[in-house]
Amino acid sequence: SFKNCLWLSCVLRTPKACFWSTAGGGLIIQSISNDVYQNLAVEDWIHDHMDLEKQQVLFLWRNSPAVVIGRHQNPWQECNLRLLRQKNIKLARRRSGGGTVYHDLGNINLTFFTTRKKYERMENLKLIVKALKALRPQLDVHVTDRYDILLDRQYKISGTAAKLGRTSAYHHCTLLCNADKFVLSAVLKSPLKGLKSNATPSVPASVKNLFEEDPSLTSEILLDAIAKEYAVQHQIDHHITLINPADETLLPGITNKTKELQTWEWVYGKTPKFSISTCLNMAYKDSVLDVKINMDIKHGRIEVCNIDLPEQWLPPGLCSELVKNLTGSKFCPNETTTLVTTLLRVCPQDDEFHSRWSLLCENMISLM
Amino acid sequence: VCIHRVRSCSNIRFIKSKYVCVFDKSAFKFSHQQRLFRTSAVSCGQIVQFKLSDIGEGITEVTVKEWYIKEGDSVSQFDSICEVQSDKASVTITSRYDGIIRKIHYNIDDIAFVGKPLVDIEIDASKGVASEDVVETPPMSHEEHTHQEIKGHKTLATPAVRRLAMENNIKLSEVVGTGKDNRILKEDILNYLAKQTGAILPPSPKAEIVPPQRKAEAVPAAPKDKTRKIPVPAARTIAFSGKDKTEPVTGFQKAMVKTMSAALKIPHFGYSDEVELTQLVQLREELKPLAEIRGVKLSFMPFFIKAASLGLLQYPILNASLDENCQNVTYKASHNIGVAMDTEQGLIVPNVKNVQVCSVLDIALELNRLQSLGSAGQLGTSDLTGGTFTLSNIGTIGGTYAKPVILPPEVAIGALGKIQVLPRFNGKGEVFKAQIMNVSWSADHRIIDGATMARFSNLWKSYLENPASMLLDLK
Repeated sequence: SFKNCLWLSCVLRTPKACFWSTAGGGLIIQSISNDVYQNLAVEDWIHDHMDLEKQQVLFLWRNSPAVVIGRHQNPWQECNLRLLRQKNIKLARRRSGGGTVYHDLGNINLTFFTTRKKYERMENLKLIVKALKALRPQLDVHVTDRYDILLDRQYKISGTAAKLGRTSAYHHCTLLCNADKFVLSAVLKSPLKGLKSNATPSVPASVKNLFEEDPSLTSEILLDAIAKEYAVQHQIDHHITLINPADETLLPGITNKTKELQTWEWVYGKTPKFSISTCLNMAYKDSVLDVKINMDIKHGRIEVCNIDLPEQWLPPGLCSELVKNLTGSKFCPNETTTLVTTLLRVCPQDDEFHSRWSLLCENMISLM
Repeated sequence: VCIHRVRSCSNIRFIKSKYVCVFDKSAFKFSHQQRLFRTSAVSCGQIVQFKLSDIGEGITEVTVKEWYIKEGDSVSQFDSICEVQSDKASVTITSRYDGIIRKIHYNIDDIAFVGKPLVDIEIDASKGVASEDVVETPPMSHEEHTHQEIKGHKTLATPAVRRLAMENNIKLSEVVGTGKDNRILKEDILNYLAKQTGAILPPSPKAEIVPPQRKAEAVPAAPKDKTRKIPVPAARTIAFSGKDKTEPVTGFQKAMVKTMSAALKIPHFGYSDEVELTQLVQLREELKPLAEIRGVKLSFMPFFIKAASLGLLQYPILNASLDENCQNVTYKASHNIGVAMDTEQGLIVPNVKNVQVCSVLDIALELNRLQSLGSAGQLGTSDLTGGTFTLSNIGTIGGTYAKPVILPPEVAIGALGKIQVLPRFNGKGEVFKAQIMNVSWSADHRIIDGATMARFSNLWKSYLENPASMLLDLK
């Protein structure tokens, strides 16, 4: 149809050769990757290496299923890690502040890069609302003073976070087009009780997809509308340049940035100090045992560990041996599993003891 | 003495002042009245109170979330000092000065106020205080980025080093930094230059805070001072400033220390042999597509494992366990054969349970499951406990003969080398291409003797060299 041709002719996707030399005060780029770590690495790269004085940047990206926590958050507190692992949903920690979000291909991410001086979140969010209204005038969308975008005055369709450096800054936000709300609510609920922490908590909100409001809206259409509005406001061509986050020649150093975002030390190790105080109810033979556990976790590692077992339930000295080995170890199910099973090799070899040890350890591992 | 914010007035530079204060926007109107000058001689570095500068958006307070430095650390201009958070924005605060951190004013989770001191930095007396508005070096194009980002820290070379690099047309991205946090030091630039030109360059001072009389050296493009003697060493020595790194042994590694120490208390003896796998290689080629149809990836291991189990039926002492006091030997009924796996964490050994009642395909399926769980880091406790005998296929990485260590409470282990194509003689005395693999067994000499190990190995070998013979003993 005529409308489609017009749309196609407006959106020119230039090859990478022209990437850095666009004229005008703005640049719109879109990632060809759906890997959350690669895309976060692009943000880092632009923040660190691009001169934003003459040219601001809008970065458009989408991820395959992933949970993204804020810089100072606690993943154990924010999401159901066991469910994430089961469903193969990635966990990433971004460098900006704010709360936890669930990404999938039905969610679009927008990052506005400016110099530190030109950092202005309200303007960016108003731009998005303007674009949405231009696309579908009947949409009831507005920006709150918490930098959220609400649909119909009650459903959150966008959350915001920002990162400020010495000379540059970025503001990024999500936009729910057609994300899986069931998975979203399931993974963003932590089953852990007894967790005490000063980490930034997330503020839960009712969400809705724009697709539910108007089924004709797709991620593509929304991305394009926002790019168009950005182009107008920055007086540049409606050009979206595709970039490949794995291109080391175009983005030197990007591979290292991507790797770093995936390390355990970054994702889990950057969790602010927290403590867990809980009671395991272990069913053993015909009774139920109450085992009190107290742990202090710093940099993702068990700093202090106390296990309160009924006397003589484990052979003497072996509970303290377990505690001694857990201290300093990562608060991680895989690390703990390999640790306790390896230790078992040098413990007394009787079945009764083995089943008790396994029961206790499996319960402890379920906390991680 | 006060320095005004240079937003709306010209630069004012003060040297040798005792205290330097920086006012934020709101205090500006009072600053005219408080223009008091006090110059006094200073013997060592001056303490500068580095205040939290304006965040923007009218924010007056932030929460301190992480310190990148501690008291006593030396910092350079532009180093990251801390991370603060305000209303969903995470801000990296970088140092304005080169110096040493003398005092940190806030703890983690404290509220910090804009305009109030964040840290006290002792700066070098002669350097003076840079003007409030940092003079930005002309922005680099992306090819010649001056930043090296490691661990979220923005680490730049100091301005002096950057100038040195620029004047010599060196891309900082090509220089390996050996300073703290991979910072590029002056000697890194000099070493780089030396490599390029083969020149012998004078050794340079290591300290970042340059004492006053040597300040001239920081600008090498200046005409050479003939009165200064440049020592030219006879042998070229490149300064290596790498440091040893000590980490505590924790977690899984710590458990391995315990286990391996116990393992080496077992008197090991070794027995090795060569296995001719030509027929097995051919058999596997034929069976691979059949297995794939049934959703199984078929490697050689299932055959090695099943053959081992058949052997253990004849020599059950190899599937036993000796108690701590060496009083009793327990013959284990199940053949839970462990398969050593190399993962990111290190060596882990999940086992295939009850191989004695599994078919080769069952074993292959189970191995697939264990392998995918292993690489995902999701093996469970039951997968990793209860093993009775272990095979280690180190040959997939390399090697021929090995000396494997028995994993307690087991009494035997086998290491399989890589399969090589080697010339051998057949029955007719002709040379042919043979597929040869070496196996190295270790066993607990307290209860196992060489003859038993040799006979088991021969039996295992015969099953693999002539796979059809396995059919006779399969249960």
